[in-house]
Amino acid sequence: MSTGLSIYISVIVLLNIFGCVWLILWTSKKRAGEASAGEVTGHEWDGLQEYNNPLPRWWLYLFYITIVFALVYLVLYPGLGKWQGILGWNQVKQWQEEVQQAESKYGPIFAQFSDKPIPALLEEPQALAMGKRIFLNYCAVCHGSDARGAPGFPNLTDDEWLWGGTPERIEETITIGRQGTMPAWGPTLGEEGVEAVAHYVLSLSGRKHDAALARKGEEKFKTLCVACHGVDGKGNPMLGAPDLTNNSWLYGGSLGAIKKTIAEGRKGHMPAHGDFLGKDKVHLVAAYVYSLTHKSK
Amino acid sequence: METYNYKVVRQFAIMTVVWGIVGMLVGVIIAAQLVWPALNFDIPWLTFSRLRPLHTNAVIFAFGGSALFATSYYVVQRTCHTPLFAPKLAAFTFWGWQAIIVAAAITLPLGITTSKEYAELEWPIDIAIAVVWVSYAIVFFGTIMKRKTSHIYVANWFYGAFILTVALLHIVNSAALPISLTSWKSYSVYSGAIDAMVQWWYGHNAVGFFLTAGFLGMMYYFVPKQAGRPVYSYRLSVVHFWALIAIYMWAGPHHLHYTALPDWTQSLGMIFSLILLAPSWGGMINGIMTLSGAWHKLRDDPIIRILIVSLSFYGMSTFEGPMMSIKTVNALSHYTDWTIGHVHSGALGWVAMVSIGSMYVLIPKLFGKKEMYSTKLIEAHFWTATIGVVLYIAAMWISGVMQGLMWRAVNPDGTLTYSFVESVEAMHPFYFVRFLGGVVFLSGMLLMAYNVWKTVAGSQPAEDAVPQPA
Repeated sequence: MSTGLSIYISVIVLLNIFGCVWLILWTSKKRAGEASAGEVTGHEWDGLQEYNNPLPRWWLYLFYITIVFALVYLVLYPGLGKWQGILGWNQVKQWQEEVQQAESKYGPIFAQFSDKPIPALLEEPQALAMGKRIFLNYCAVCHGSDARGAPGFPNLTDDEWLWGGTPERIEETITIGRQGTMPAWGPTLGEEGVEAVAHYVLSLSGRKHDAALARKGEEKFKTLCVACHGVDGKGNPMLGAPDLTNNSWLYGGSLGAIKKTIAEGRKGHMPAHGDFLGKDKVHLVAAYVYSLTHKSK
Repeated sequence: METYNYKVVRQFAIMTVVWGIVGMLVGVIIAAQLVWPALNFDIPWLTFSRLRPLHTNAVIFAFGGSALFATSYYVVQRTCHTPLFAPKLAAFTFWGWQAIIVAAAITLPLGITTSKEYAELEWPIDIAIAVVWVSYAIVFFGTIMKRKTSHIYVANWFYGAFILTVALLHIVNSAALPISLTSWKSYSVYSGAIDAMVQWWYGHNAVGFFLTAGFLGMMYYFVPKQAGRPVYSYRLSVVHFWALIAIYMWAGPHHLHYTALPDWTQSLGMIFSLILLAPSWGGMINGIMTLSGAWHKLRDDPIIRILIVSLSFYGMSTFEGPMMSIKTVNALSHYTDWTIGHVHSGALGWVAMVSIGSMYVLIPKLFGKKEMYSTKLIEAHFWTATIGVVLYIAAMWISGVMQGLMWRAVNPDGTLTYSFVESVEAMHPFYFVRFLGGVVFLSGMLLMAYNVWKTVAGSQPAEDAVPQPA
């Protein structure tokens, strides 16, 4: 903030506040020839008149108290332009302090499990309960509070994994996030091509399909789709390419939905949580996710 | 014989009742949608997001606006002892304002919106508003200029401040660049935190000048008129008028606590909101104390009771407002239903009730009747309105504080105790009570419509002579 602006702000603020004080004092003063309390001022409009009663005492005190409070506040806190206030308070600092307090208070609670590998945490009900609470706070918005997902958001309870289901892979997915991209093949394949490939995809999981179309689709699949989904259609967890043989569908498994996926492509986005959750919480929530498909022995 | 121009007053007075019912009905519909979400019938025009701005625009600008036009045109003539200046322009403001309301009722459900709260209407309508408003200012201040009285009556100070400031607020906040001259879509000329600040400078002063100063003007005429008593204190009216209009200008930032708005701006918003308490209460004191020496009228006259209860709600919500502007309170109340409750104790309790009371005084006079068709129905309206507001705000207080507490509750390990959807579930019963409050309040408006109909039907328009200077 420039000094000029700072002075301008301070001046108009103080003028306004002291203007109020002046206004009160000026109006409270009794002038010669003025109507006294209980008398009307002498003017009349459409039969309406006004008394000239004094300002109620309690109301004046209330007014003064708020003014004094405001002035004290402006000394203590930022408000008058560049003046930072003698308390040195600002909202960013307040936030940082609260975060620090929370870290020091809650950090050790989460840290106590950081050394234990995830499979071992399956035996720790307290760790899983904490992981579940973290999940409900941060993950349930997309994956649902039962972790069963929704169209476009993976079901975490079915043991089918786009990016791999080992403890290490789950932890990595949560930490750095994932970008799943299915390119749009509509322009390349044309309408008939999309239809044919869709029937071949249906055949991969043993679903009802048109055999002739599927044969035609297979040729296209072998040239265009294998790069990610593999020759056998079993996908590739390094790329997040789904297994097409397990009859588990992220974006819906109807013929229409499959055609839409092939023609228009899909874009999946799992945000990275490493930075704001921190290692210890990621570890716990990963353990909880792992526990959904792995029971303790 | 020179007579007052009552035609435009009559038109606006009748439309006050009509738009009141329409606006509140839309409010009841969206309140019902929050209880039973299926009521949007999966039709885009009926979704909450589109009907909510329709509700706010209809009650503030159609109902409240018509009430302000009607009473200000009536009061300024009667207290200046002269007919309206530029009567054709006054007629234009009536038809122009109605056309704007209809345009709002069409565009908002279609999803045409700037998405600025209380300023949702797009640029072509904004231009029309500016034209009508400037015409309004010419009629009003022209009438003041040719007044036959030496002093300007206090009600006109408030109406005048309201008209001038709303013009300024509307024009500055609506400054926008259309994407083309054939498109409804425009973008604000401000960006980021500055846009937010301009918007809430507008937003809070819409409360301060449209919903407070304007209606205080109404109060300063109809309360002493109906009470048959002089205004309590001229001095008090001087202090609270000047302090109110000077301080209100600063209060906007309290809508943006703990955001990207700089700290100094937030502080100023808070301290001026606190200083605003006394000037706001000045109006309440002056209104209620006007009745001193005639307290029995509270028992005998339901219109006085409506007016005095409206002042009580005014006092309550102008206490609540400064309190909610304190950062620590705001940290709990912001984004919760408490805000909705606060707004409605002002909007239903103060704005609607002072308008209703004033209309009960005004309408018979405009149609050459001594009083309204039925005092019993006014009495019933008093009770439905009061019970409706109380149900509404009590439900929102409980729901709002509960929301705020649920959102900040944490487990021993620092994780949130409640998911968002659990707080939504907890609000459900209170949404039903709020809906009920709305229905009760709306039913009072229907009683009013019937009462007005029976008063007006078959009557002759009143022709009151302008007093000749002695």
